[in-house]
Formats: sequence, structure tokens, C-alpha cells
Amino acid sequence: MTRSAALPASGFGAFVARARAAGVLVVQPRMGMADPLRMREGLLATRGADAVTVGTITLDSYTRTGDLAAARRALAEGVGLNGYPIATHPADTTRAVLRGIADPRFPVQVRHGSAAPEHIVRALLAAGLDATEGGPVSYCLPYSRTPLREAVEDWRRSCELLAATRELGAAPHLETFGGCLMGQLCPPSLLIAVSVLEALFFRQHGLRDLSLSYAQQADPRQDEEALTVLGRLAAELLPDVDHHLVLYAYMGVFPRSPGGARLLLEDAARLAVRAGAARLIVKTTAEAHRIPTVEENVRALEAAAAAAAHEHARLARSGAPGPYGPGLQAVATGSDDTVRAGTGLVGTSPVGRTDGTGLVGTSPVGRTDGTGLVGTSPVGRTAGTDPVRTGLVGTGHGPQVVDTGIEAEARALIGAVLDLDADIGRALVRAFAAGYLDVPYCLHPDNAGRARSSLTPDGRLHWSNTGSMPLAGLADGGPRPPILGSAGLLSALSHVQRTYDARAAARPAAETFDGAAPVPIRTPAAPPRTTSMPRRELGLTTP
Amino acid sequence: MDQHAVEQHGKAEPAGLDVVVTTMASDSHTWNLVFLHLLLEELGHRVTNLGACVPDALLVAECRRIEPDLIVLSSVNGHGFHDGLRVIAALRACPELARTTTVIGGKLGIAGSGAPARRRTLLAAGFDGVFEEGRAVREFPSFVASLTAGAGVLL
Repeated sequence: MTRSAALPASGFGAFVARARAAGVLVVQPRMGMADPLRMREGLLATRGADAVTVGTITLDSYTRTGDLAAARRALAEGVGLNGYPIATHPADTTRAVLRGIADPRFPVQVRHGSAAPEHIVRALLAAGLDATEGGPVSYCLPYSRTPLREAVEDWRRSCELLAATRELGAAPHLETFGGCLMGQLCPPSLLIAVSVLEALFFRQHGLRDLSLSYAQQADPRQDEEALTVLGRLAAELLPDVDHHLVLYAYMGVFPRSPGGARLLLEDAARLAVRAGAARLIVKTTAEAHRIPTVEENVRALEAAAAAAAHEHARLARSGAPGPYGPGLQAVATGSDDTVRAGTGLVGTSPVGRTDGTGLVGTSPVGRTDGTGLVGTSPVGRTAGTDPVRTGLVGTGHGPQVVDTGIEAEARALIGAVLDLDADIGRALVRAFAAGYLDVPYCLHPDNAGRARSSLTPDGRLHWSNTGSMPLAGLADGGPRPPILGSAGLLSALSHVQRTYDARAAARPAAETFDGAAPVPIRTPAAPPRTTSMPRRELGLTTP
Repeated sequence: MDQHAVEQHGKAEPAGLDVVVTTMASDSHTWNLVFLHLLLEELGHRVTNLGACVPDALLVAECRRIEPDLIVLSSVNGHGFHDGLRVIAALRACPELARTTTVIGGKLGIAGSGAPARRRTLLAAGFDGVFEEGRAVREFPSFVASLTAGAGVLL
């Protein structure tokens, strides 16, 4: 981050930045209950978990869709709601839920899923919160029937409401959901493109503290490549905003067995560490069956934190130049006093702080500034330029990340959209109308609906049909996998579930970490476990 | 979806049913709808897929317009039981839909248990079939086959 010298003193993004500087993965649950007392207990439990956590208030479906009358009725009648109705409870009630819990050492994010979130943003601001997530595409197309044009307008207003709090000294944070389209079966290049485009939209409407999402898919190598590309593109296209990457543990059909669910979550945590994500949204062992309890969420947070710490230790032992720079326990360099003061622990490596990439996924060699090697910014790209070629030349993937073409595809998609209109919202609307962006299996009326994707037997996502997307000659060499029928779709949707349930069944219960033998987490060789770092050391020295 | 799926799978025979596949207003999930769409087309039926978050008024209006042989409500967000009771009342209140075969399925409550009681209540409210998780994928095609065997007449 080029603005590292001016990190916001408080706020969601600053908290995550401090944790990342200290080499610790921030973990976060999905959690929302209708009852304020239970919501408060959930936040308290999240805060108290044996991990570095941020809190979540997940909203209910009625609030998400703007049916506040239904939310009111459900509360009055005691009907179960699947989240916290933030626009229905009085702001004072929500403030009471947060009092003494939410602070710079424990930021809380509102998660909602709304295509038209203005009422939600107003409610969360009224309650003193300023971190949320979503996006005009990612919460419109897969999850609503709101016309994309209307979603873009509502999101523009919502961004401006959030951004306005910067004048009051706040550091509002907004996370793209674009890396999670449909939850599963969306090829990585489109996830990356939409995540980046939504971040550019947020920036255009005044936000300066962002995170970019990507959801774990079915093949760790493909995901590692994807996150690396996302980090690289974010660094290149968002050089003037603070940002981090957030990985979502698998969002599709989840393993049924507790062991399988845990293995999948641990793989997500390891992936996050290897590929430079600073935050992980966890899933629980209950995911396949029902909305998880608070206790299940806490166990998931702790399992993910432990797996992440273990992966950090493994990388440190192997001497691999991980995304956090060589040596996680490097002595503080003094290059960032804000972070040092906040953490009192580990500084950042000079490599990671100087290139403007925010440490994410770039190899230290050959990618120092993004110029020359990666061509022009897509904004300035002319139609005649071949973004693919420029994107591929000199790509400096780390040795373990093979370039299978995700970056070239993502660049082609982003470039094609940005060429449509200088206003990113209008460009997005036009891009979907033209089919330049086309989300596979998405039923929204504004989605072209021609793109199709498929899974190989080893879990890699491929395009079966790219529709009108500008991916000619890019998407996969060789024959395309067949279009899925209902049985094939069901099989693809449950691929991860089957794979991880089988892995869990074939594996001794004690052996939950990669490697020849189970390694105790608290081995002396390991860096300080997340929990050996009291929360106060991650928070501000003065609240 | 429609266009492509019809090209690939839409070998609907004249004897096939006209089916409306839909979820309800608060439910944003669509994989269930995509699957049902493909499945019903493979079984030879013509599908109108209303997609995510279908408001009651739109759902009823589309069903009145199409006058389908079968209405399939699918919901997995945990509000399906509550929303389904409201929707079936609205559908049954329309004379032209009062006897249209209408089923509901998915994950209908926010807790994993309670399915037998939910099923009884939903059937009593006017649904012709309730398909909750587990066996639903196998039972549903048999149910649909029984409709075509009876020339689209009610159970």
C-alpha cells in the first residue's frame, strides 16, 4: 500500500493491516441472530475466541431484500429470522448490542447480501458502524432480481453515504463480494474481474479502505494462482487505496462430515496464508446441515487460526519467500511506525512495504512496480492493444504458482469493461448487456446467461462456454468440457463435499494438518500462535 | 439460462407439462432452481424459471399468466416454511390456480429438525407435495412422473 505511511488510525482495514503486518491471519465468522441479546453474546464469543478475529453482524433475508414490514412482523410474532434485522431494531438497540464490544481492537462488519443496501448502510451508520461488504454486481446478479442499473445507483448512493463519514474522521471499509459469484462453479478469472471492478467502483465513489474477496473453489493450486493474480491486479489498479484480500472458505455444498468440513476449512486457512490473503471468512462443521451455533463458529475460528499459524510456521521453516516477505518473524524494520506501535510485535519486511502491492502475492523479483512488465493500466488501454500479450509478458509468478492463464483472462475482462465507459457503474451495466461479463448459471434477467462452466475430475474450473465474453483464444487450450445436465450439475456442485468427506473418512482423526506427521501447533519452532498475541497488542495503543 | 438450456436440453415433448420453477421473495438461492430447471427439461417438460427473490405478486401474476400444470416452489434459506404458507394462500385464492398442482421443497426451516411437522402443516395449507432435503431428489421425479401418467390431473 502506497499509503502505508498514512494508515487510518482506527477502523476495520487498519485492524486487518496491523494483523497482517504481524503475520497473523484475521478470521471472521458469519453470524446473525434476530435477538439483540443473542447477537451480543455471539459477538462476545467471537471476540473471546482463541484467534485474532473481527466480528460479524449478518442480516436476515427480509432486511436484505428491503421487506422491512416482514422483518417487523417476524420480530413481533417471534418467527425465526435468519439474521439480525438492523434496520428494524432501533439504532439504540444495536448500539447496546455493540457497547463495550466493538472498538478499534474488535471491529465489526455488517454482512447483508443486499442488491439495494442504502437502508442498511443508513442503519449501520446510525448504529456507529462503518464496515460492510457486497457490490453492485455481486449482490445483484446472483442474489436478486433488482435490475442491475438500479443496483448500481443504489450502491453508488450507499458508497457515498459511507465515504461521507471520512470527513468525520472515520475510516469506512467496504469489501467486494465479487470474488464469490454464485458461491461455486464460477471460473476464477471472472471472480477476479468482478472483485476488482467492484473495488474500482467503490473507489470511484469515494471509498479509500477496501478489501477484495475471493472464494475458495475446488482446487488449491488454481485458487493460489487466482489469489496471486487478484493481489497483483489490485495492487496495480488500486495503488492509492488501502486494501487487503479476503478469502472465503468454500461457499458451495459443504462436506457433511465434521472431519471433512474441518479439512476444507483448514485448507482455506492454509491457502490464505500461502497466497497472501489477510482475512478469512470461515465456515463451520454444521454448514451442510443448518445455520451454525455460536459455539460451532468459535470452534471454526479457532481451527482456522491454528491451521493458519501452522502454515506460517511451515513456510518459515522452509524458507519459502511467502507473501509476507521472507521470514515471518523478521525483526521490525521501522518502516512503518504506525504498525509497530500498534502491534508491538513484528514489523513488515521492507520488500513487502515498498512496492505498493501491500505484500500481496507478488514475487519480490521482477514485479517491483508493475510498470513495463504488465502493460498499460486497462483504463488507458485502447481497443487495439492486446491485453493478453502484455499481461503475459514477464509475469513474475512465484516458483510454485503456475500460470494457467487466469491473469490473462482477468485482464481481458477488466480491460473490456473499463473501455466501455469512464463511469464504472455504467460500464458494468453495459458490459452485462453486451455479454462481456456473463456469470455462469446466473438466472438474473440482466445476465446474458450463455456462459457455462464445468469441473475437471481433479477439481479445476474451466469454461464450457464463454458466451460473448472477450476470452477468444484465451480460455483454456484444448477441448472444452461438456455442458452440464442436471446430473452433471449436481455432481459438480457436490464435488468438494464428496472429496472432503472421502478424505476425512480415509484419514486418522488426529492427523489434521498437511505433512508427514501431525505437528503439534504449539511446537517451539512455530511462530507465536495467534492467541499468544493478546488482542490488545493488535489494537491501538490508545483506543 | 432459458435460451441455452432449451437448446441443450429442451427436447420437450408435446405431452410434457408446463412447469413454473420459482423461489420466494426472501430467498436469493438459485442453484436449486437451476438444477430443477435442467432436471424438468430432461424429463421432457417446459420450464419457466422465475429466478431469485420472487415477490408474491410477481409469482402469482406469472402463474396466472402461464397457467402451468405444475408449480414448484423451492427454498433453502430457512424462511421457506413461513413464506410458503403465505404464498400457497395467495395462489389458492386465485380461482384459476386453486387446483393447480403445487409443491414445495428444499430446506424450509432455520433448524435442521422439525420436518415432519412442517410437512403436515404445509400439506394442510394446500400444497400437493413437500420435498425436504435428503430423499427429495429421488422422490421428486417420481412425483412428476405420476402427474404425466395422470395426464396432468391432480393427485
